[in-house]
Amino acid sequence: MANFLDTTVDELIENFEFLGDWEERFAYLIELGKKLPPLDESEMVEDNRVHGCQATVWLRMLPISGEPLAFEIRADADAFIVKGLIAVLLLVYSGRTAQQITATDCTETFARLGLDKHLSPTRRNGLHSMVSRIKALAAESVAQTV
Amino acid sequence: MNVPAETASLAKRDSVIDWAALRDDFPILRGTVNGHPLVYLDNAASSQKPQQVIDAIRHYYEHDNANVHRGIHELSNRATEAYEGARQRVADFINADSCDEIVFTRGTTEGLNLVANTWAFDNLREGDTILLTEMEHHSNLVPWQMLAQRIGAQLDFIELTGDDGQLDLQWLDEQLARARLLSLTHISNTMGTVNPVAEICARARAAGVVTVVDAAQSAGHTPVDVQAIGCDFLAFSGHKTCGPTGIGVLYGRRELLEAMPPYQGGGEMISKVEYRDVTFNVIPHKFEAGTPNVAGAVGLHVALDYLDAIGREAIFEHDQRLAKRACERLAEIEGIRLFGPAEDRSAVVSFVLPDAHALDLATMADQKGVALRAGHHCNQPLLAKLGVPATARASFYFYNTEAEVDRFIEVLHEVRKMFV
Repeated sequence: MANFLDTTVDELIENFEFLGDWEERFAYLIELGKKLPPLDESEMVEDNRVHGCQATVWLRMLPISGEPLAFEIRADADAFIVKGLIAVLLLVYSGRTAQQITATDCTETFARLGLDKHLSPTRRNGLHSMVSRIKALAAESVAQTV
Repeated sequence: MNVPAETASLAKRDSVIDWAALRDDFPILRGTVNGHPLVYLDNAASSQKPQQVIDAIRHYYEHDNANVHRGIHELSNRATEAYEGARQRVADFINADSCDEIVFTRGTTEGLNLVANTWAFDNLREGDTILLTEMEHHSNLVPWQMLAQRIGAQLDFIELTGDDGQLDLQWLDEQLARARLLSLTHISNTMGTVNPVAEICARARAAGVVTVVDAAQSAGHTPVDVQAIGCDFLAFSGHKTCGPTGIGVLYGRRELLEAMPPYQGGGEMISKVEYRDVTFNVIPHKFEAGTPNVAGAVGLHVALDYLDAIGREAIFEHDQRLAKRACERLAEIEGIRLFGPAEDRSAVVSFVLPDAHALDLATMADQKGVALRAGHHCNQPLLAKLGVPATARASFYFYNTEAEVDRFIEVLHEVRKMFV
């Protein structure tokens, strides 16, 4: 699926490595965040809230027609660095099938980006909440179709 | 055995305080963060420790460590003297009538929970009202919510007037007439408001309402005198007053402490134990079950010596000078929302910028060595009332400088550009 970043995880990692210090890398994350398609006001509702993040985060999974069923993930936040992290998550998970989503561990991607070490523990918890939500929604949709 | 706060005394020679010399007492402030000199502006969350405090804790473990109160041997006697000496030092620091009125706790939170679970649980009944304010830290809200749920009591709140962070006291006497207990903060950890606690406690006393003061943000920053305030209970933390983490203080008026049931059961808090019966120890030991944090008390003793050698009036003036400079520079930013009083405020400055989220600001400021706090500051209902999901907060202490205030503002401007 064409994505809004028009890049792959490997390219992203390459770009990240090219950047010198962490100030520049955070700046890059902010730029990724700016490219994230915003949610509509009507989607920013309690049902779509992901709790456990310091920022306010909303997340939706929309089925894409086809067999097996894949999902487009749409998410937004009120802080840009969090939006940047969401952009990375979407690159990993959006457009995949429920089975692929539940089987994919993003830990390695974040480790290769060095984000595992440079994100604060509270941010890592927030990220974990988002990944858990994505996987839970994927598992839920599988359970419903069976 | 405690190390006197020599440097602090020296720095105050001729009654002119050399703030830069005091700063040199704090080893952590010489460090760098992300390649930049550290500018530590998160003092409302925790203060840094002077070398004298660090040395005292080390000295205690190297020379005096043993369990307190029960020993016959030399080290136990030394440890007991150090621990009880610290208790007397705390009593002097807040002008308590007696060191019997000083209970050592883990921190402000435990002190407030202790009052909720002992005096309040024993004295409040179903339908009684606990009066709080809308600016309380979760530690002075949640224990009362938990108690209210257990006994069927209800909560009432002294409201805020708005972004200026003042308490609306026009209904205070009516609210007090309905209440049994009032618990409020001396200084707001989000707005920097200094509440008129002496006036409020006097009105509460006239109404027969028991008062609890949360002095977490004030004890290390401004003179705190429990007799002048006229409160029944007061709690503060060591770690916000240049002391170690894990040690705190609950002051309680003697008559109340004596009549209260114990908090936790165990060693130290008893005088006689049989298989099916127990006689409790006298105050304050009745409230200190188990081996206490002796090293913490030793560190706190030296921290309080250090603060008093500088003088808390002088510290408060310095705090206010920095807060004023920060507020003036921040107010120049178009569209900024600044919280708290315009004048007579403490050194806690919260704000929201129109174009950058507090979390983003704090993350990028950290990349430049400036430590800010961003979020709800354990004040979720207050932020909901103000209608903001998060604020950025800079909080100053006596070791911060005007140059650091300027650096903070400079970094804020640099960082903002990234979000527009």
